[in-house]
Amino acid sequence: MTIAWYLAVSAIIFVIGAAGVLIRRNPLVILLCLELMLNAANLALIGFSKMWGNNAGQIFALIVMVVAACEVTVGLGVIVAMHRHRLPADVDAMRELRG
Amino acid sequence: MSYLIFFIAATGTLAGAIGVIMLKDPFYSVLALVVHLISLAVLFMLLQAEFVAAAQVVVYAGAVMVLYVFVVSYIGGQNLTTGQGPGRAGTLGAFACGAALVIELFIAVLGSGLKAIGTTGAHTAAGFGNPERIGALFLTKFLAPFEIASYLLLLAAVGAVTLARRRGGLEDGVEDPARISVADFMRPRPYYTGTLAEGFGHPDSLSASHAAERQERPT
Amino acid sequence: MSATTAGWLVLAAPLLGTMITAFGFKLLPGKTAGWIGTAAIAVSFAFAIVAFIELQAQSPTHRELTSSLWSITHTVGVNANASILVDPLSVLMILVVAGVSTLIHLYSVSYLEGDEGYVRFFAYLNFFVFSMLLLVLAGNFLLLIVGWAFVGAASYLLISFWYRRTTATKAGIKAFVINVVGDVGLVLGTFFIFRGTHSLDFLTTFHAAPHVFAKGSGGITAGCLLLLVGAFAKSAQIPLHTWLPDAMEGPTPVSALIHAATMVTAGVYLIARMHPLFQLAPAAEDVGAIVGAVTLLVAGTIGLAAVDIKRVIAYSTMSQIGYMIMGVSAGAYTAGLFHLMTHAFFKALLFMAAGSLIGAMGGNQSLDRMSGMRKALPFTFFCFVVGGLALSGIPPFAGFFSKDDILLQIGSRGGWYWALYVAGYAGALLTAIYTFRMIFRAFLGEPCAEASELIEHGHVFHPEQPTNPANGEVEDTGVGFPGPVHAIAERAAPMRIAMSLLALLAVIGGIVGIPKTTSWLDKFLAPTFADSTIHLHPSNGLLYFGLVLGTVVGLAGIGIAYYVWVVRPGIAPAVAKRFGFLDRLFVNKWYFDELIDALVVRPAAWFGRFAQGTFERLFVNGTLVGGTTGVVRAGSAAVRSAESGFVRYYVAFVVIGLAGIALYFLIST
Repeated sequence: MTIAWYLAVSAIIFVIGAAGVLIRRNPLVILLCLELMLNAANLALIGFSKMWGNNAGQIFALIVMVVAACEVTVGLGVIVAMHRHRLPADVDAMRELRG
Repeated sequence: MSYLIFFIAATGTLAGAIGVIMLKDPFYSVLALVVHLISLAVLFMLLQAEFVAAAQVVVYAGAVMVLYVFVVSYIGGQNLTTGQGPGRAGTLGAFACGAALVIELFIAVLGSGLKAIGTTGAHTAAGFGNPERIGALFLTKFLAPFEIASYLLLLAAVGAVTLARRRGGLEDGVEDPARISVADFMRPRPYYTGTLAEGFGHPDSLSASHAAERQERPT
Repeated sequence: MSATTAGWLVLAAPLLGTMITAFGFKLLPGKTAGWIGTAAIAVSFAFAIVAFIELQAQSPTHRELTSSLWSITHTVGVNANASILVDPLSVLMILVVAGVSTLIHLYSVSYLEGDEGYVRFFAYLNFFVFSMLLLVLAGNFLLLIVGWAFVGAASYLLISFWYRRTTATKAGIKAFVINVVGDVGLVLGTFFIFRGTHSLDFLTTFHAAPHVFAKGSGGITAGCLLLLVGAFAKSAQIPLHTWLPDAMEGPTPVSALIHAATMVTAGVYLIARMHPLFQLAPAAEDVGAIVGAVTLLVAGTIGLAAVDIKRVIAYSTMSQIGYMIMGVSAGAYTAGLFHLMTHAFFKALLFMAAGSLIGAMGGNQSLDRMSGMRKALPFTFFCFVVGGLALSGIPPFAGFFSKDDILLQIGSRGGWYWALYVAGYAGALLTAIYTFRMIFRAFLGEPCAEASELIEHGHVFHPEQPTNPANGEVEDTGVGFPGPVHAIAERAAPMRIAMSLLALLAVIGGIVGIPKTTSWLDKFLAPTFADSTIHLHPSNGLLYFGLVLGTVVGLAGIGIAYYVWVVRPGIAPAVAKRFGFLDRLFVNKWYFDELIDALVVRPAAWFGRFAQGTFERLFVNGTLVGGTTGVVRAGSAAVRSAESGFVRYYVAFVVIGLAGIALYFLIST
């Protein structure tokens, strides 16, 4: 398969992730969709790495995975704290930033 | 042969992704994501990124998703989300945005001037995605990102502990926020309110009160 | 010590006095502030005498000395130093100002006893003397204007000294506003002159002016007319005179010093000092002479009808200044300044005596209530008579020689100046009449209640409830109002000493200018006026005629007053009723106040209301400010609606933006 296919799959996954962020209200699921988008980016990186014959893309993808892990950690910590304070797990209810 | 594996893996990826956003129960969404991740690892292997595929399965599907599972079970299902969803208009709008974006990306990708996209990539040696190669690169050319990534992990760990830590001495509903002093933070916690008590389900702890509330509410 | 050093010290002493009394406000007990103030001016007078002696020690051609301390500004075209000019004119002025001020300070030490603002009074009074000395010693236009403005400010402070009386504060504001009009004239006049001569320094300007301005040309005439506006405002000539009678709201020493002897003579000094410029603008000189003549007649007529004793003396001041202005405008500089000097003596004396009389009346100033004070206040009566005789121009008192000198010089100018000559003698008749009207009404006749109290019981009358003499409002004796003590000259030594000295000067002051015998003043002032192009040579015939006419007119005035107010007291009201129109005209001060109110005050008030109500409110506040803020508010409301707080909407914006940017890049490549 040509690289183009992989890039197409990556694009579709990314868009599905973006749509998911817009649709879902549970913060946990939003974080999952964020993971989807990051994975899409990873796929694109690996594809280009193969295209150029250069390992840098794979390294980059590993680092992206590290970042994703950290982000998940902190994000889930925030959600746990929200739950502890009995706030509803609904991003639409968190409107304090309203101007 | 590789076409077949590609299509199966691609289907699994897409199915998992759609499952994440469409399934109602967050737990099922997590499981769908696991499916997605493993299919993605297969795709990585097709692209000769073996180490990355292994790391994906071990780290992402193995550790991060497990973390997700813990948190989802702690928090519970979607009966805590109340009120209106985005509505038909919102959903359609989101899909329209998505469609626009994907069409643009397709045009960008397929109409690009990069001729190499139309090929299967450069000719790479057999040990292209080997751990040896990745390790060597990590310790020579990409040493700085490697070290900084480790700092990042440290930060995240500390951050997570801080966020989830229970503050000592102050309970919910403090009377006068203006009169809080440092001594309030230094005071030892009252009995049976620590994290351990919470984990063991002590009747005085917070999770017990949460459970009691949940019992009262008709599910 | 040179004359100019003495000149600087003359200025320094009152300034030091002001500082000490002002900063030591709480620390000076009792009458210390009064003695300090008096001492400061006495020191200044001593230095003035030193300056006089040093000046006379120079040769007659070297009697215009300048000295400058620092350079105030040295910029494009404008070069001004802090410099004083010590010449015979300024030395005469500082001698008169410092001398009379010392005596008035001495008088005030007792007069204001018991007033809560005692220290403040002396601080202000010293500041005033400093400003006046600065004005007359100034060596360039800049310091002149500074001194002019300071004098106006000091006058305001002192007129509204009893600041809790609304009549006093209103009078202070009125004086200040009219003086500001004069200040504007002065500054604009300076500008016109500077435009031609490019120098602010007096000596340079006077030497350059004849070469720069053609005689009678527009620039110099405009400049001199504007200077005249300044002179008229400060010297209370028509039409800028309405502030002077109201200024009698200030304490009597203030009236004596500022509104008789010194500040109001600043206009006369100005014209005399600027005589080289005025001689290049004959039109301005004529205006000055005519205005002076008109003022002296109008003020004389109003003095016939005034009831408040201080206002009678105020109108008398206005009238006499009219003589001086007439004199210096016509070129009779020495005569005008001679009259300035003698007028300072006898007018200050009259005001001091009036203060003593008012004290005996318990603060009441109305002639209607006063009568028969002769036995109660013998010394005051004596001073009044001496001052009145000097004012009326009876020989050998000082006023006789000075007034006749002016009228003589005016008559010898010829042409239409004969009309001013006649007006001057008519004014002299009026002067004698109203002066002795005042004296006879207050001192002769049956003793009034206050007089009886003093004669029989020996104590000064005290009203149970202090009231404002002008409108009868009840007041108290705290700060901002007059104190509870009413001082009279018979009981207070400082007052007696000051008045005695002035009485002496009023009697013998004419000695410096007796015609044909002593011309000390003429010779003294000659170096200053050596460059005058007007040379008046009065004939002997006119001289003797004038002397005799003056005496006759003065005595006739006294006689008329005696007849009307002593022999047949009922005549005055009958005459007033018969000439009802004239009576009303004089009592209402020729309706000048009403005229200015209609011409100036009402349009200004209307314009202010219009500006505030319509322009400010509708246009500025409504449209400009309100419109701008409205637009901003609407815009920000529109923008604020995007801050809904829903995280998902924010994410939607991000995604849409991303799509947009991708589209843009796709299209552009």
